[in-house]
Amino acid sequence: MSLQLDFPAVLERWPSFLAGAVLTLELAAFATVLGALLGTLAAVGRGTHNALIAGACKAYVETIRNTPLLVQIFLVYFGLASLGLKFSAFAVAVAALTINVGAYTAEIMRAGFEAIPRGQIEAAEGLALSRLQIYWHIILLPAVEKVYPALTSQFVLLMLASSVCSQISAEELTAVANYIQSDTYRAFETYIIVAVLYVILSLVMRAGFWGLGLVLFPRRRRLGTPL
Amino acid sequence: MQQNSSSEPIVSLRNVQKSFGPLRVLDGVSFAVERGEVLALIGRSGSGKSTALRCIDRFEKVDGGEIVVCGHRVDRPDVDLRALRQDVGIVFQSYNLFPHLTIEQNITLAPCAVKGMATAQARDLARKVLAQVGLEEKLHAYPEQLSGGQQQRAAIARSLAMQPKVMLFDEVTSALDPELTAEVLKVIEQLAADGMTMVMVTHEMGFAKGIADRIVFMHRGKVHETGPASILTSPTTPELTQFVGTGNLKS
Ligand SMILES: Nc1ncnc2c1ncn2[C@@H]1O[C@H](COP(=O)(O)OP(=O)(O)OP(=O)(O)O)[C@@H](O)[C@H]1O
Ligand SMILES: [Mg+2]
Repeated sequence: MSLQLDFPAVLERWPSFLAGAVLTLELAAFATVLGALLGTLAAVGRGTHNALIAGACKAYVETIRNTPLLVQIFLVYFGLASLGLKFSAFAVAVAALTINVGAYTAEIMRAGFEAIPRGQIEAAEGLALSRLQIYWHIILLPAVEKVYPALTSQFVLLMLASSVCSQISAEELTAVANYIQSDTYRAFETYIIVAVLYVILSLVMRAGFWGLGLVLFPRRRRLGTPL
Repeated sequence: MQQNSSSEPIVSLRNVQKSFGPLRVLDGVSFAVERGEVLALIGRSGSGKSTALRCIDRFEKVDGGEIVVCGHRVDRPDVDLRALRQDVGIVFQSYNLFPHLTIEQNITLAPCAVKGMATAQARDLARKVLAQVGLEEKLHAYPEQLSGGQQQRAAIARSLAMQPKVMLFDEVTSALDPELTAEVLKVIEQLAADGMTMVMVTHEMGFAKGIADRIVFMHRGKVHETGPASILTSPTTPELTQFVGTGNLKS
């Protein structure tokens, strides 16, 4: 039994791989930005005194965290279709990934909010800042700073998990791989290349988050404290 | 509802009641602070000093009684909290500077966000209040780069930047060693000399004696003895006698 690998046969399809990788990155970028917003709002919502809002946010978070991503994607995909709404596979994928990562972001941000000492908020209240101003100026950035590693790992995981969007024929990296291997009959080589590409995408995202951290947390940059 | 006729006290508490669950912490507390006056709240641990102070800025809601601060009826549920807190500055034992902001940003935040002050003007103000506490050179430092005493002085400057009509201090030197305590007390002394109205909870009896126009000695949730600073040297109640006698009175 000998293993024969023929990479050139697969690598000549590099434009397709590249297009798939770019689309995966785009999916991840949209879902990260939108999911961060949604998750932060849900985390704030869970902390409000309004039982209805807090309950709704909790229900959202728990539902998403206890169902598989693929099922969530199908629900959005077929749900929109049965309402007679037509969206591109890309739009559906972004929506489903946003809803998914939003729930995990909400949990992480909640931990971040809870890590802000009560005294910080009292000091801000004592300076007559409003509730909203306190969230914006006093709580948000230090909370993000406290959970930044967990948060960014979650977004990288999201990028990797986006491979299941191949199931609704969004043309991302895994979907591209699926038809390249059925074209070339070189499945092993194809998925080795795809795996390498995912590693590269992860590194690109981590580098991006590291750079973003420098911008978001100037104090760390000034004092040289690592995240 | 702002009444600032000079005869009105800046702060007045009348028969204030406050319980935490079954624990009655304030049991009919009354005192008043006139404009320019320095009032020192003293008493044993757990006697309700911090609670009384926090009620003035409505960090605690009272169960009964009346609190009027700069014309605001603090005991009423409809009190305009943000207007109240623009008139009242509060400084805590634990400084509570915002760690992610420079000292300048700590100071300019509230004037800009609450009063809508222009950035350039707020920066000038930051320089001015930092000079008042002797920290001009720390304008661009982050809180963690400062000593405890410097952080506390920066916190006082941050409060001053809102130009409050009365300042509340809750054991602002308790976390500091004697040398740093001295530098913070010097700042407070200067504020008093400049005519700032102040209510301070303190364990520094020597300081209270030197600076306070009036002493309120709290015991078991009540104002047990009150009078000019001289009551510290000639107390009339056995409780205050014992309190000042147990080594609390050091200069
Ligand atoms: N939020 C709270 N919930 C329950 N009990 C409280 C709360 N705040 C204060 N207490 C209790 O009320 C009592 C008075 O507390 P307070 O902090 O006013 O005392 P204090 O005179 O400031 O004491 P210290 O000198 O130790 O600061 C204490 O028994 C304290 O445990
Ligand atoms: Mg106290």
